[in-house]
Amino acid sequence: MKLRWPMTLMPRWRSLLEQLLIPAGAVIVALLLFGGLCALEGHNPLAVYASIYRAAFGSWFAWQNTLVRSAPLMLSALCTVLPARLGLIVIGNEGALVLGGLLAAVTGLALAQVPSTLGLLAMALAGMATGGLWIMLIGALRHFRGVNETISSLLLNYVAIAFLNHMVEGPWRDPSSLNQPSTYPLPTALSLGSFPASRIHYGLLYGLLACAIAHVLIQRTTFGFAVRAVGGNRRAARMVGLSPGKLTLVICFLAGSCAGLAGMVEVAAVHGRANGTLHSNYGYASILVAFVAKQSPLAVVLVSMLLGGILASGSLLQRAHDMPDATVMVLQGLIFLVILYSESLYGQIPWFQEQRQAADDRAAIASTPTLPPTPQPSGELHL
Amino acid sequence: MSSYPRFSVSRRQLVRGLLATGAFGATSHLWTGCSSQTKAPGADNATPASSTASLVMGVIYVGPKDDYGWNQAHAEGAAGLSSLAGIKVVEEANVPETTAAAETMRSMIVQDGAQVLFPTSFGYFDPHILALAKEFPEVQFLHCGTLFEEGTHPTNVGSYFGFIDEAYYVAGIVAAHTSKTGKLGFVMAKPIPRIVRTLNSWMLGARSVNPDATTQLIITGAWTDPVKEAEAVNSMADQGVDVVTCNVDNAKVVMETAEKRGIFCSGNGVNQSAVAPKGYLTGAEWDWTGVYTSYAKLMQEGKTLMNQGIPHLYLGGLGDNFVKLSPYGAPVGEAAKADADRAKAGLIDGSLVVYQGEIKDNTGAVVIPAGTEYKPGHPELEKMDWLVAGVQGQITG
Repeated sequence: MKLRWPMTLMPRWRSLLEQLLIPAGAVIVALLLFGGLCALEGHNPLAVYASIYRAAFGSWFAWQNTLVRSAPLMLSALCTVLPARLGLIVIGNEGALVLGGLLAAVTGLALAQVPSTLGLLAMALAGMATGGLWIMLIGALRHFRGVNETISSLLLNYVAIAFLNHMVEGPWRDPSSLNQPSTYPLPTALSLGSFPASRIHYGLLYGLLACAIAHVLIQRTTFGFAVRAVGGNRRAARMVGLSPGKLTLVICFLAGSCAGLAGMVEVAAVHGRANGTLHSNYGYASILVAFVAKQSPLAVVLVSMLLGGILASGSLLQRAHDMPDATVMVLQGLIFLVILYSESLYGQIPWFQEQRQAADDRAAIASTPTLPPTPQPSGELHL
Repeated sequence: MSSYPRFSVSRRQLVRGLLATGAFGATSHLWTGCSSQTKAPGADNATPASSTASLVMGVIYVGPKDDYGWNQAHAEGAAGLSSLAGIKVVEEANVPETTAAAETMRSMIVQDGAQVLFPTSFGYFDPHILALAKEFPEVQFLHCGTLFEEGTHPTNVGSYFGFIDEAYYVAGIVAAHTSKTGKLGFVMAKPIPRIVRTLNSWMLGARSVNPDATTQLIITGAWTDPVKEAEAVNSMADQGVDVVTCNVDNAKVVMETAEKRGIFCSGNGVNQSAVAPKGYLTGAEWDWTGVYTSYAKLMQEGKTLMNQGIPHLYLGGLGDNFVKLSPYGAPVGEAAKADADRAKAGLIDGSLVVYQGEIKDNTGAVVIPAGTEYKPGHPELEKMDWLVAGVQGQITG
């Protein structure tokens, strides 16, 4: 190799390629498997691939379709991502989303007279506070009473959905919404607009911003460092003076407020009122997004777009190829299974490792040559 | 590091907060002026399917097309459509009532060249159909329901719906005749007027032949909840109910459970006799084939919603072939068939009106005074929030 990289960059370059090529390879393998299934069913796989691409990313029209579908997933996925960095598996996204949306709608109705920017801000705050408190409750149960947060967050989803239905079918119902029980409609001034010359509402921007902020918060602040420390080893973190309890409550509040904001966006940008349709499984879909993104806020953006694209192409597969509606579930399942499987390949492919190993060896020789490589905790923390 | 866990607001945090608030304000409202002037539809993806002689119709379902219920009934209607000459049908199933619905409608219009859309779920109407109808004024949006309001909604929107409660009335007669205990059961998804009305008609039909008959009501609270539906049937069977019917999105579980418990059942939406071959009495079925076909014929003659050639509200019952009854099952006796057929004939020719005073609710209050009758399209019936005498259960607002 004639080209000489600076010694420190070389292994990083290889590992960056590993980070990119393994997921990309996984998607390709999944598409090949899917193509095989299509061929078995008598569809031309190449035509199917062309349709998937055309429907998801082939034009500005398709991109808008994909982005509109991915917007709510980004915000909602953070509800799982943030607590995961602290070592908690929270899947209460759906509950925080519907409650955030409900309270945002009610706040908007109460403030129908104030200027719309203020009204929208109040709606967003109401949604975030509600979702935040809801997930904070789960964090508190976990910290103070030792209740398993996965189970409690899952079960509280049902409570939240039942509460939503009860309120829109009862006390907060617009009496004229006969066959589709809903709150009163929000004034049009309180609708969240779209990007100029597109049909993508500003919810996407909030999603992108939230993911970027979450990334900085986790990776670049002392707070994030503390969270990762607790996630890496709770007891060790406590010994160096961190307070896992406080961190649990704060991170759960932040997580829930992202999902609550997703609910506010659904109300303000899409439905214009709160009703049973707020519960349309964005919260559940985003759990998948968070896990496939390996709990990284930046990867959430990409995975949300991938899922949005899959959903968008599912539409065209039905219409242009007469394939059953379950096709998109099969494709989604294949892609996610293969991506999750591919995680076991990290560190297993020699080509990606060679240089790093050499660099590690050189570094190791400098200090203690016989020290075996130490396994690192997920938070990449050395205490 | 030990100084970390203090949650006071520093200047830096304050600045961050202010920046975030400012960004929010900027995005939330500065551009609303622009956002209202939407771009020409699909201008960037151009080439809508060439408008040949064929009329492209899009049908959208909220669930799978073989759900033994609501969606299957519409899919069967659409299947009838695609056999017509000059009609092309594009379909999409499992479309949630979110932006996905709007995206599907838009894609059907822009990519498939659909001129007519049948989005069949209630929740598609507001906001998705209303928004798209403004954007595509040349496309006709026909929504299954009764939500269209003259003057408020765009002229390229219309509603169609069937008075399926007439079929429930006849099914109630069959049920009361067949029941040995006089105890009937009804599993209900949500206590909204159009569903409550089917229960009341069922009960009125049953009481027209057995004045002592009662109906146990169980509300599941969800359009599809197989576990609760099965539990409901089991608990009713335990209480001596021997005929059950339901109004949920798909009746399969109710029918299966009834058959397993050895009691009779009456269907909802489509013919479910295959699921319960022994106990299936009859059922209140949708018959969308006729409705869709007559829409297609009118449109091929050049009539549209916009030129007033097609009514904006298209409603009908047994007599107009919007709804029908499943063929009677083996357990149905001759007397039951005779009474049911007589009622059916009366409903078809208009001599029988289901909601004819005096009708009392199940608390004893008079809800329709003597001498008053509400024909099927009457607006009072659209607001039904009471349970007729004989129904055991309650609905709260």
